[in-house]
Order: sequence, then structure tokens, then C-alpha cells
Amino acid sequence: MKKHLLRITSNTEIARNIFEMKLTGSGVSLMTAPGQFLHVSVGKDSSNLLRRPLSICDVDLDREEATLLYRAQGDGTKQLSQKNNGEMVDVLGPLGNGFNLDTVDQNKNALLIGGGIGVPPLYYLGKQLKSSGVQVTFILGYQSKEDSFYVEKFQEIGETIVTTVDGSQGQKGFVTDAMEPCLEDEPVIYSVGPGVMLKAVEERAGGLDGYLSLEERMGCGIGACFACVCPTETRQSGYVKICSDGPVFKMGEVVL
Amino acid sequence: MSRLSVSLPGLNMKNPILPASGCFGFGKEYAKWYDLSLLGGITIKAATLEGRFGNPTPRVAETESGMLNAIGLQNPGVINILENELPALEPYNIPILANIAGSTEEEYIEVTRQISASPLVSAVELNISCPNVKEGGIQFGTHYKSAADLTRQVKQVSEKPVYVKLSPNVSNIVEMAQAVEAAGADGLSMINTLIGMKLDWRTGKPILANKTGGLSGPAIKPVAIRMIYEVSQKVSLPIIGMGGVSTAEDVLEMMSAGASAVAVGTANFVNPYVCPEIIEKLPDLLDEIGVRNISEMTGRSFRQWKTPLSSR
Repeated sequence: MKKHLLRITSNTEIARNIFEMKLTGSGVSLMTAPGQFLHVSVGKDSSNLLRRPLSICDVDLDREEATLLYRAQGDGTKQLSQKNNGEMVDVLGPLGNGFNLDTVDQNKNALLIGGGIGVPPLYYLGKQLKSSGVQVTFILGYQSKEDSFYVEKFQEIGETIVTTVDGSQGQKGFVTDAMEPCLEDEPVIYSVGPGVMLKAVEERAGGLDGYLSLEERMGCGIGACFACVCPTETRQSGYVKICSDGPVFKMGEVVL
Repeated sequence: MSRLSVSLPGLNMKNPILPASGCFGFGKEYAKWYDLSLLGGITIKAATLEGRFGNPTPRVAETESGMLNAIGLQNPGVINILENELPALEPYNIPILANIAGSTEEEYIEVTRQISASPLVSAVELNISCPNVKEGGIQFGTHYKSAADLTRQVKQVSEKPVYVKLSPNVSNIVEMAQAVEAAGADGLSMINTLIGMKLDWRTGKPILANKTGGLSGPAIKPVAIRMIYEVSQKVSLPIIGMGGVSTAEDVLEMMSAGASAVAVGTANFVNPYVCPEIIEKLPDLLDEIGVRNISEMTGRSFRQWKTPLSSR
């Protein structure tokens, strides 16, 4: 477990309130598992005390550069969005457990489903799955065209279906509305997004193998404070800690 | 004896720093970040008789220079703690303060009886100040008589010294402290969190599923300092001070107010290394003000110095 100071190499708005931040430093070499997150200190003083858990969107190990996408919504992430190139960011991580890539064989397909700010970790995951020979399809859900991001970059990895709630880009509706035709060849499912979306994805998946990455407000990010728990029926304790046991869980493992 | 060592009932600490209950789990998470034997002691997360799942999420919300939490005393129950959590701390050879909670007097008494019998436990901390459970917790900590009655009963069964953790959510904390002192407490821990609330202005709804939560972090430090300052002059019990401490300077301020040891809570979430970093810095600060032993700092705000500080 490590704390790092990483230097900002770019921090730009790529969609409405969505920022892409690139960070460089020696700690990046540890960020090899897609689905892990960084616990990022956002403020300069104690006014925004808590770190923000931000999932890792991409890593360039050769250049020691990690990419985070985040939504500037509250005070903390707005402060983060105002940081300039060259400034240092204090991060813990990588934290949590990433996606299990071993479940999907080379000749199998993977269906990666993301909603809103849950989309970013699917990029690093998709790249790794593709490089191990897996055929990857994405379903990415956004509120509207103005909120969508990274669609072209996902298209470089695999077939990419976009849904928007208002229909301004791709299919009108939710990610689950686009799932049906993609399930025929029984892909392994990987999904990230809000709890209601994950629940709907799990129901629609109808027993296929898959992994879900959960979002929750966190305190410590390392399993000590018990802020981000989720009920489970598969473990004796009756709960899991999203930060340290997850954030990725096997489909069916947690009660959504 | 080193210049940082402090001695409180049951707690012989090589430095005055220990993590606060609920902010450090049962220690094993932070053991991945640093050697826990650097600490003066550890306060473990509250134990109840049966395992508890705690409150629904969201359980935390950030506030200006602080945070609200409503975890709800989640823990695996005293037997599990004794069998699985405490033994993992043995190798660090530091005093363990075991926080005790319950819904009823009987539960507090039984948990104390079991946990205080463990050779690994140095002292117990009676949690009568948790604001986030429906039964027990703060109910015992806001009435003088029930706090004193509970303290008396717990003292009868405890094999180790008992520290009563006081709530700041009372009209007169001095009277509360005096009541538990008269009932036989060996020390005080203060303060627990202040009850607070945060709403989402868009929806008008509380952020926390529990609606209200306990406010902690730098925002509450002045309240803690004031309460420790008042209480320490009116009781003769040693005080473990806590509430918003995040720097070595904060530690010396809190000891000056009257604390004999200092617990660090929320700051652990901000910086996992905060406790060892504070401990490392304390000698430099003592040098800066010409104080040899840190124990001399306790109560400096109201105590007369034998030699005026300015001439040291």
C-alpha cells in the first residue's frame, strides 16, 4: 500500500463537467489491474478533507502515465478540475481489487457495460481483454450527447453501442435496453455504474458469468472505517467492504 | 522512559498517540501501511455482544473541514473480536484500549466482562456517546444518572481500568464528567462526535441514510479543546483527548488543554501515515518550546509552572 505524489500532465474538460486528468510519477507502475481505483486528495487545505475514490481509466506503463476521468460535481471535484499542469496530486493506491480477466477465454466474448461516470474503468479493461485475444463489445450509457465521452476511443477497441436517456446520441433509453441482442453468444459481462443500473444489468444477464464494480461514498478507502459496505448473502460476515473487498464483485455475490 | 512516554491507568504508552475508536478498524488495515508498534496504543472499533451490520449507506458525508458519519457500530461481536481480531495485534506489543458499546446495561456489562478478561486488552473505553444507534449509545451518555449507573456496573465486572467516552452533545459536560468520576471511572475519553446533518440542496433530502450523523474532523477541535480545558480542571481523572486532531501541533494544544494522551481519528482517513508522522514530529516541537518531557504539557493552559515558561 502506497501514497504517491503524482504530477498533472493534463486536466481538461472532455464533456459537460467530465474531466480527463493525466498523472505521471513512479507510482503509476503499480497500476496494472483494471478496475482498481486511486483515493485522491482534492483540496489544498482541510476544507475538503476526504479523498475521492476515482477509478483508473487508462495506464501507459512505458510513459508512467495514468488517466483518470471524473465528473466535477461537488466542491471537491470542482477544485480538482481547477488544478493546472505541473501541480502535484496526492493519491493512495492503487486500491481495491480489479476485474478478473481469467474468466473469459481467448475465444469467448466479453460485454462491457458502463453508465455515466462508471464508464472510465471499462477502457483499461477493454484494452487488456482485447490484447489477450477476447472479442469485446461495449454498451455505454449517458444522459445525453453533451454528457458522452470517449466513444471514439472505445470504438477503436471493439463494437460500441451508445445509449442516451434523451435519445440525442445512439439508442434512446438505458444500457439494459441494448443488452438483449448482445447476450446471444453468452459473453462474460463486466459492468460499472450506479447501483440501480447494476441491479438491472444483473437481472437482464439472466445467470451469465459476470463482474460488477460498485460505487459508494467512501471514508478511508482501505477497509478500516466501514463506510462503504454492501450486504451479501454469500459470505458469513453478511457484508463486504466495497473499497477493500471490491470494488469489483462477481455477479450475484452482493445484494444490490 | 523516553521523553514522549506517558502513563495512564492501564496504559503505559511510549508516546501519547493512539488512533481513535472506529477510525482504525481493528488495526490490520493500517498494519499494511506501517509498523503499528510505532504507536503509543490502539483503540479498537466498538464491540457489542452480537455482531452488528450497522446502518444503511451512504454512511459518510463530507462537510467543511470535517465529515459526518453514521456507521452504526458495525462489528463482528465480542467473541469474534476476541478470537480473530485481537490476537493479530499481539505482535505489536502496545496497549490496547477496547471500546465497548451496547443497547442495554446488560449488554455493556457482558461485553466488558468478556473483553476485559483478555490479557491483550489494557483498558476498556465505555462508549456512551455513539450518536448513530437507536438504542443505547448516547442515551446512556446524556443523562448523568444513567451514565453514572452504567459506569458503576461496568466497573464492578471490569478486570481492567475503565475510561468513559463522553459525548459533547450535553448541556454541561463538567457535570457529566463529575458524575462518572464519582461512579468510579478510571479515566475519560473526550470528545465523541457532535450530532450533525447535511442535506442535498437539490432534493432537500439528507445525504446520510441515517439522516443524522456524528461530526468529526478539524471543525470540532475548538469544541474538544474547550471541553477538555473545562473538565480537566474539575476532575482528577486523566483524559484521553480527541476531536479533530491532525497534526503534532494539535496534539500539544490538546495536552495543554488537559489531555494526558491524544487520540487521532478522522485524520487517519486523510493520511494513513498521520499517526507515525505526528509521533516523529513531536520531539522537534518540544525542543522548540524548551520542554523536556511531553507529560509536562498536560494542563499547561491552566496549571502554574514552577518556572515560568518564558525563562526556560
